[in-house]
Amino acid sequence: MKYLETKEIVYPGDRIEINDLRPRNGIYEDDSQYFSEYFGVIQKSEKFIDIAPFNSPYLPRVNDKVIGKIMDIGPTMWTVDINSPYYSLLHINDTPWHVNAGDLTRYLAAGDFIYARISVSNEIKESWVSMRDTGMRKLEKGQVILVKPPKVPRVIGKGGNMINLIKSETDTKIIVGQNGFIWIDGEPDNVNIAINAIKMVEREAHTVGLTDRMGEYFKKLKGGN
Amino acid sequence: MEGNVKLITDDGLRLDGRSSNEMRPIKLQTGVIEKADGSAYIEWGANKVVVAVYVREAYPKHAQNMDRAIVKARYSMAGFSVEERKRPGPDRRTMEISKVISEALSSAIILEKLPRAEVDVFIEVLQADAGTRIASLTASSVAIADAGVPMRDLVVGCTAGKAGGKIVLDLSKDEDNYGEADIPMAILPRTGKVVLLQIDGDVSPEEFDEATSMIVNAMKDISKIQRDALMKTYSIEGGE
Repeated sequence: MKYLETKEIVYPGDRIEINDLRPRNGIYEDDSQYFSEYFGVIQKSEKFIDIAPFNSPYLPRVNDKVIGKIMDIGPTMWTVDINSPYYSLLHINDTPWHVNAGDLTRYLAAGDFIYARISVSNEIKESWVSMRDTGMRKLEKGQVILVKPPKVPRVIGKGGNMINLIKSETDTKIIVGQNGFIWIDGEPDNVNIAINAIKMVEREAHTVGLTDRMGEYFKKLKGGN
Repeated sequence: MEGNVKLITDDGLRLDGRSSNEMRPIKLQTGVIEKADGSAYIEWGANKVVVAVYVREAYPKHAQNMDRAIVKARYSMAGFSVEERKRPGPDRRTMEISKVISEALSSAIILEKLPRAEVDVFIEVLQADAGTRIASLTASSVAIADAGVPMRDLVVGCTAGKAGGKIVLDLSKDEDNYGEADIPMAILPRTGKVVLLQIDGDVSPEEFDEATSMIVNAMKDISKIQRDALMKTYSIEGGE
C-alpha cells in the first residue's frame, strides 16, 4: 500500500517540541512541557505552533461568517443551529427586515438556512449572529451539505483558490460557512459534481499538493465526457 | 462445570491456550457511525462493543456547568449479548459501569475547554465475554479522540486476575466466572495516573502487585492498537 505524503501526525498526550515557537491552539502545558490535546497534525508558522485536529466541534468565534439553520422561534429571537454543541441566537433587530415581535415566522421559519456573522460570543460559548452585513441573507433554493469544521480552511484553499476552482469548474454558486455548513446552488448535475469534489477535499485535507490534484481531477472528469 | 474446574492445564497454559501474560486479540476501528461526532467499534476476544460520541449543550439547562463540560457515559448491553437473555434497560451493574467509565473519561478530557457542554458516550455491548468495561473504556477514549474533543491522553485499560491459583492477564469468561479474583484497571499512559481500579475477589498484596505490573506492561500494546485505529481512518491510499 502506498500512502500520500502527510504532515506530522500527533495523538492526544504526545509531547510537542516547541523549540523557539510559542504554543497556541490544541496544546496544553504540564510541568513546563507541552503536549497535544488532539489527534491531528502539527502546524508551524513563524511565531506559533498549533495542533490542527482532524475533527473537532465548531466553537463560535466573533466575526466568523457561518451558515445556520433555524431551529426554534421565540417572541423576539430565533434559535439557530450553527453546527456546534452550542446553539446561537438571532435577534429581530439584527436582521435586514423590519420584524415585529411575535411575527417572526413570516421572515424565517424552522428549517430555513441563513448566512450570518457571529457578532457576539462570550467565555461560556453563548453567541449571537447578525444578518446586518453585506452578503448576509436567507439562503433560498440550493442545497446545504456538511463538512468537518477543521477542514473548512482547506475547502476554501489559500486565498480561496480551491473553492474558486470548484465554482468555476462546476458552474455553481457556493457559500462556505466557517462552521462547516456549505451551501451550493446550480444545475442538479453540477451540484453533484461540486459535492463530490468538496467531499474529496475533506477526505484528503491533510495531504500535500491537493489543489494540483483537484485540477487534474476536473481535467480527467472533462476528458471522460 | 462448577466445583472442580481446572483453569490452568498441566503444561501451564490456560483453557484457551494462552500463556499467563498473553492478551486476547484486539480489533479496533473508528468512524463506524456516520452521524455521530465520533465513534469506535472494538472486538476484544469475543467481546463486541460499539461506541458513539456526541457533544452538545447539556440538557436540562440547570444541569449545565458554567465552567466545564460533563461526561455522560451510558453502558448498555444488548439482550442477546450474554448467554441468558439480558433484560433490557439499566440495572445495578450497568449503572455502576456507566459511572466508573464516565469518571475515568472525565479525567482524560480537558473539560474546561467545553463549558456548559455535555459529552455523551453511548456504549452498546453486542456480545459480552468478560472484560467488557475495559473494552468499552478503551474504545470510548478512541471515539472521543475521533470526535475531536480535547484530551490530555488516551485512556488505556486492561484486566488481570487470579485463576487456578495463578495471576493471569486479560481474563476470559471461564476464568472470570470460576477464578478467584478479577482486577480491571485503566491508566493515562503518559503520566501513569490510574483512572479506574476495581477488585472483585481475594488477592494478596504480592499478587496484586504482580497483576498490576502485568497490566501496565500490556498497556503499550493496547495503546499502539488505539493509535493505529485512529490513524487508519485518515491514511489515504495513493492513487495510480
